[in-house]
Amino acid sequence: MKRIITATVQNRGGVLNRITGMLHKRQFNIESISVGASETEGVSKMTFVIDVSDNQSLEQLTKQLNKQIDVLKVSDITDKAIVARELALIKVTGSGQLRSEIQGIIAPFRASIIDVSKESLTIQVTGKPDKVEALITLLKPYGIKELTKTGVTSFLRGQQPKQVTELNSYSI
Amino acid sequence: MKARHEVEQHTNEVVTGADVLIDALVDEEVDTLFGYPGGAVLPIYDAIYRSQASFKHVLSRHEQGSIHAAEGYARVTGKPGVVLATSGPGATNLITGITDAMMDSLPLVVFTGQVANSVIGTDAFQEADVLGITTPITKYNYQVKNVSDIPKTVKEAFHIATSGRPGPVVIDIPKNISSTVELDQLEEEFSLPGYQPTTQPNPLQIVKLADALKNAKRPLILAGAGVTFAEASDQLKEFAEKYDIPVTNTLLGLGSFPGSHSLSLGMAGMHGTYTANMAIYECDLLINIGARFDDRLTGNLKHFAPKAKVAHIDIDPAEIGKNVPTDIPVVADAKETLQALLNTSIEKPDHDEWQDELQANKTNYPLWHDRSNELISPQWLLEQIFNESNGEAIVTTDVGQHQMWAAQYYQFDKPNRWVTSGGLGTMGFGFPAAIGAQFGAPDDLVVSVVGDGGFQMTFQELSILKERNLPVKVIILNNEALGMVRQWQESFYDERYSESIFSSQPDFVKLAESYGVRGLKVDKEEDVVEMLQDVFAYDGPVVVDCRVVQQTSVYPMIAPGKGIHEMIGVTK
Repeated sequence: MKRIITATVQNRGGVLNRITGMLHKRQFNIESISVGASETEGVSKMTFVIDVSDNQSLEQLTKQLNKQIDVLKVSDITDKAIVARELALIKVTGSGQLRSEIQGIIAPFRASIIDVSKESLTIQVTGKPDKVEALITLLKPYGIKELTKTGVTSFLRGQQPKQVTELNSYSI
Repeated sequence: MKARHEVEQHTNEVVTGADVLIDALVDEEVDTLFGYPGGAVLPIYDAIYRSQASFKHVLSRHEQGSIHAAEGYARVTGKPGVVLATSGPGATNLITGITDAMMDSLPLVVFTGQVANSVIGTDAFQEADVLGITTPITKYNYQVKNVSDIPKTVKEAFHIATSGRPGPVVIDIPKNISSTVELDQLEEEFSLPGYQPTTQPNPLQIVKLADALKNAKRPLILAGAGVTFAEASDQLKEFAEKYDIPVTNTLLGLGSFPGSHSLSLGMAGMHGTYTANMAIYECDLLINIGARFDDRLTGNLKHFAPKAKVAHIDIDPAEIGKNVPTDIPVVADAKETLQALLNTSIEKPDHDEWQDELQANKTNYPLWHDRSNELISPQWLLEQIFNESNGEAIVTTDVGQHQMWAAQYYQFDKPNRWVTSGGLGTMGFGFPAAIGAQFGAPDDLVVSVVGDGGFQMTFQELSILKERNLPVKVIILNNEALGMVRQWQESFYDERYSESIFSSQPDFVKLAESYGVRGLKVDKEEDVVEMLQDVFAYDGPVVVDCRVVQQTSVYPMIAPGKGIHEMIGVTK
């Protein structure tokens, strides 16, 4: 099962290496990882999408992340009300009338064309992973020359529905 | 922040980053530094030479010797072992020991030299990516970027190494930092918002555990090294006695509960006692205190404590539920938890039937071994070592048959007397660890029980015995083979002894003598007791080459993949 896990970490040397090294050593499969500054200086925010086999390994995952000395807080937000976005850049072969056809396809996805050359155009799409994936699937027949994704970044919505309970709170 | 320390007292007026480092070590009350010099640590060695530092430096003959010695020192004293090595090969020679310490939760603070900052990343002479290499095998690691950070970094490193679940910390010091003439204000204070180990147990969990204990008919305590680290042996004894609960130990937990106590079932696990393993199989409440349910303990997890409610007390939350599903998790220090349990009034349960059953197992299925051969029986030899040292020695071992026999036959009544490589299973650990143990406990008898294979990996440290007249007694169980490998080849590979028998051996007596150390050889059982009396009474180092039977196996045993109740070799 895919889980979206966020971690706030102290911005010290080697912190990314420490975390990805631990995930690799303990055989966790990272689907995506995104890292960047947070609202606090010296603190970074990481968002992982990780495929885990069961609850026991999910529990291990959050505990091992928490165990890292530079990690301040770990949350599994998969089952909460969240905003989650990733960005993809897709370079598609296309000229002439194909361009307008592609434009018609991407419009409902609120994607935009951000670069055009003689033989290709580059599309930028932002959204949840399934939306991005759906657009990629639609564009495949046109010939994707290049594709890059940022990985998911995410946090909780300002308001949580009441019934949602903490799934993996293990601090006792 | 503070002004420059008492560094002015140094004989030389120049104060460098290295001098600041030495002061930081003095501040941490380091009394012994295990190390080996080299290019990138020349400024640090120069500072040691110039300073009148209150600690002694122990020069090994290989960095692996330094780090295992530091581990032995840490195990016996409970204080962090401190190591210094140079960059590149000096640092990489430490890797086995750092990993060993990580696996067995030993507090170490390891300083490695590094090439100057200006050439880091250029594949400079004796450059190695020590941070990259040691990240997965340390609790934490650093590279010092500014001289002013040295005091803060050292303080933080000692704090991390010794608090919570102990472990090794590496500080990598580029040569330009150690040689920089200090001008800046020094940073002293550190803050670690992401590291706050929980030491106090949650009262609700204590109630749950007390409740489970009240209702248990067949409770069992499994005591690991966490009890020793927490200095909780007295509380454990009081708790076990108060509620009449039998106690079994992990390999590394030996000594945390007196082995001679009537409630002690001995060691559990692959080569544990039948009584201990069957107690785990049959118990209805298993209280794990400071053990990590290692695979050599549990055997096949499907059959591990199948009838039991499992309570797990551990200071490291990540250990709970890692291998064995836990009903009552308690994240806390072992001593605090046992104290909280002792302060809770629990109705005293009646376990007579359970105790009778265990007692019958103890009587009917004791450890056994053969004594029919012309050479010395190794198990019997361990018994004699126990008898002749009155059970009061500090015993160190490598890994393998001799280690298991020592664990089985040397009964530890006190903590911090048993120094062995458990998690990593490191050959060559025992002898240098004994050196560190002797530095940590100068007045105690330190016996290093090693195999002929393992001893040959680190015997160069015999130099230290001579140099310091360190009275370590090395007992080599020499079976001219890699005993445990040979045993597994006999049992599981149809006696195909692939590369496990040594066809050539050094003369260990001459070897010892060439280092200026007394060497003895014994190959008859009738000479053993007299030899041991002589060796233990001798005021100085001795190496004894004991020729023991090769064709003998460690029993009883849980074969790989089997359950804890499926021991083989339980009786003759």
